Amino acid sequence: MKAIRKFISGDDAVAEAVRLASPDFIAAYPITPQTVVVERLSEMVEDGSLVSEFMHVESEHSALSACMGASAMGVRTFTATSSQGLLYMAECLPYASGGRFPIVMMNGNRSVALPWSIYGDHRDSLSQLDSGWIQIYVEDAQESLDMTIQAFAIAENAEVLTPVMINLDGFLLTHTYELVEIPEKDIVGSWLAPVDNPYAMNFDNPRNMGFSSQPSDNTEFKYQQHKAVEDSRKIILETEKSFEQIFGRSYGGLAAGFMCDDAEFIIITLGSVTGTCRTVVRELRKEGIKAGLIKIRFMRPFPTDEIIGLTTNAKAIAVLDRDISFGYEGTVFTNVNSALARTHNDILKMNYIAGLGGRDIPKESIREIFKELEEGLTTRPDKAVKFLNLNVETDEKYSDSEDNSTQHHREGVLLWS
Amino acid sequence: MSAVGFIYPQLCFSNNAIISTFPGTASMLSGVAAAAKAKGYKDYHVLGIAGDGGTADIGLQALSGAIDRRDKIIYICYDNEAYMNTGIQKSSLTPFGAKTTTTPPGKNIRGTLTVKKNMFEIIAAHNIDYAATASIGYVQDLINKIQKASLVDGPSYIHVFAPCPTGWGIKTDETFEIAKEVVDSGLWYLAEYENGEFTLNRNPREFTPVENYLKKQSRFRHLLEEDIIEITEARDRKWERMRRQWNKN
Amino acid sequence: MNRPPVRKYIKPKHISDYPVGPSFSAGYLTSDNSGWRTLRPVIDNDSCTGCLKCYLCCPEGVIYPKEGKIDIDYDFCKGCGICSKICRNKVIKMEKEKK
Repeated sequence: MKAIRKFISGDDAVAEAVRLASPDFIAAYPITPQTVVVERLSEMVEDGSLVSEFMHVESEHSALSACMGASAMGVRTFTATSSQGLLYMAECLPYASGGRFPIVMMNGNRSVALPWSIYGDHRDSLSQLDSGWIQIYVEDAQESLDMTIQAFAIAENAEVLTPVMINLDGFLLTHTYELVEIPEKDIVGSWLAPVDNPYAMNFDNPRNMGFSSQPSDNTEFKYQQHKAVEDSRKIILETEKSFEQIFGRSYGGLAAGFMCDDAEFIIITLGSVTGTCRTVVRELRKEGIKAGLIKIRFMRPFPTDEIIGLTTNAKAIAVLDRDISFGYEGTVFTNVNSALARTHNDILKMNYIAGLGGRDIPKESIREIFKELEEGLTTRPDKAVKFLNLNVETDEKYSDSEDNSTQHHREGVLLWS
Repeated sequence: MSAVGFIYPQLCFSNNAIISTFPGTASMLSGVAAAAKAKGYKDYHVLGIAGDGGTADIGLQALSGAIDRRDKIIYICYDNEAYMNTGIQKSSLTPFGAKTTTTPPGKNIRGTLTVKKNMFEIIAAHNIDYAATASIGYVQDLINKIQKASLVDGPSYIHVFAPCPTGWGIKTDETFEIAKEVVDSGLWYLAEYENGEFTLNRNPREFTPVENYLKKQSRFRHLLEEDIIEITEARDRKWERMRRQWNKN
Repeated sequence: MNRPPVRKYIKPKHISDYPVGPSFSAGYLTSDNSGWRTLRPVIDNDSCTGCLKCYLCCPEGVIYPKEGKIDIDYDFCKGCGICSKICRNKVIKMEKEKK
């Protein structure tokens, strides 16, 4: 396959993928750290390498609203956002998924105010986990490009017809440069089928869309939507397979295991921190520790079976969450737990809240997590949720050995039997 | 429309139609128009209808954006002077003095304290291709303006005054006459903005009394003499300015 | 008259029969609105001059010229009485709806 290699950022890679997928409509609104995407796209429109209706909308709400209008007409649509922008368009997120508009949107993962922070974490997109969108999380610029192209194929598949949000860690991925292989436009063009949405507006068979429903029908509409996202698993895997056949790259389906076969201690990640964790797992393996890694690539549909399968031999798992649902735990942890509760109630499950608002997650801390997992089998830490590398003293106690008298056992947080 | 005529499986439009989000009438129209352009369609119109709240309050930003981009859309503001679908709450197009369920007149406050937002001139200030005001009480004028809007190669905006019997406290069969009387009394006006110029389409020598118009509606029944004088004076100031600035020839 | 016909609604038996979207055939009416009405407009076509003001002003679009006469679609008339009020020659009378 013919391709060129360029040293570009994650944002650039997304823009390149959009150029290759050639959407008919793009809604553009700037927000750090996504802005580069719409800047690049506007340059491509200017130099003629991308032919698309490029709309300078006046807000993110309008960005997605306009995408829905265009998608209702049956054309390919793209937009990009981040953080506050994603939340500003929040009303349109379930509207787009409920309307079954196959929009593709890039989200540059960034912390959510207050306090303000332009740096990365996953609280923006994970807060919208229930909005009905398929959510992809990628690790590097190449995966950003490949998955943005695949996102169009998945979203527009007639059995799916669900919008896809592709998430790139702000700055760590959006603004770091890597060597990326960029396939030829013609080859992408022949791999990616044109949009063919039988439910879109047309003159021959006009449609009434976006209507109301009564209690007698609403549940059926929602069941149908749930089924479409559930069934998208098959399409996601098929898409990856056919993409690999042409472009030679694949990433391991909904959740990719690394050295999990015999792993006793497994760390579970989303996004760019996966690279650091992979390095640590390699090191630990050399030291004789049976460490493993699961990179969750899709938060919706959630890789339940994959996670159960990859943790068959695990004694303890740690979920690294770049988010926190205040008053409970990390959202990825909640989802992983819910999956493992079906079969793996006997393993120790820990939740590390890390990397909030752009905080580094150093290798040493990942090593420390694995150490705590191993120790945890005997110390039985009493709290599953732990903020990693808090730079300040607190009154929190994490294990019996720290303080036996103040333990507070709660159902659901006490996670071993 | 969503309240009565657009509930599955009862779908009232024979043409392609979609309900947008509340703030998203203009932005969704923009998307439809852009897609129509991308598809290379030639013979079509992209038309949206929103209420006074959906236009002058929650949808103003998206509308401003669409006009600014010169998207080829026809936007109709159906102005019945309050949020009627939710049951008569004040919007920024509710006129001074009007009673709504969120501006209840009492001993201390006599209904709506703000004056009706000047949407027509706000829209015109965008240097829009075509804007007009209309009233359902002057149907032929309204039809002419929609026809005119349909020929514009860019955005057009028509602000239609349309009474709500329940919200205003009038009988249903009085709707048309009230919509005519509001124009005849000078509390609403028929005008156009095109090629950067304003035109008053109707410039009566004499107005019918403001009081007659107000007293027919229970939403104004609590107003005192001084309120009516204030409304009349505001009307006269507005007309003095419109006549001076708009109809020069 | 240019309104969609009223059709019988057949509730989907299988989930695959539900509209995807929600997106459905445009102009699909399954019931009329005649039940909203307490008064019914009755036109005296012999005295009607055919000025068509009622046709222009009817908010429901249910009054239309047909074979040189004025016809009212009682399936969708809500009985607001505007036509009767604006008729210059007073040939439309509002009569109590009989149940």
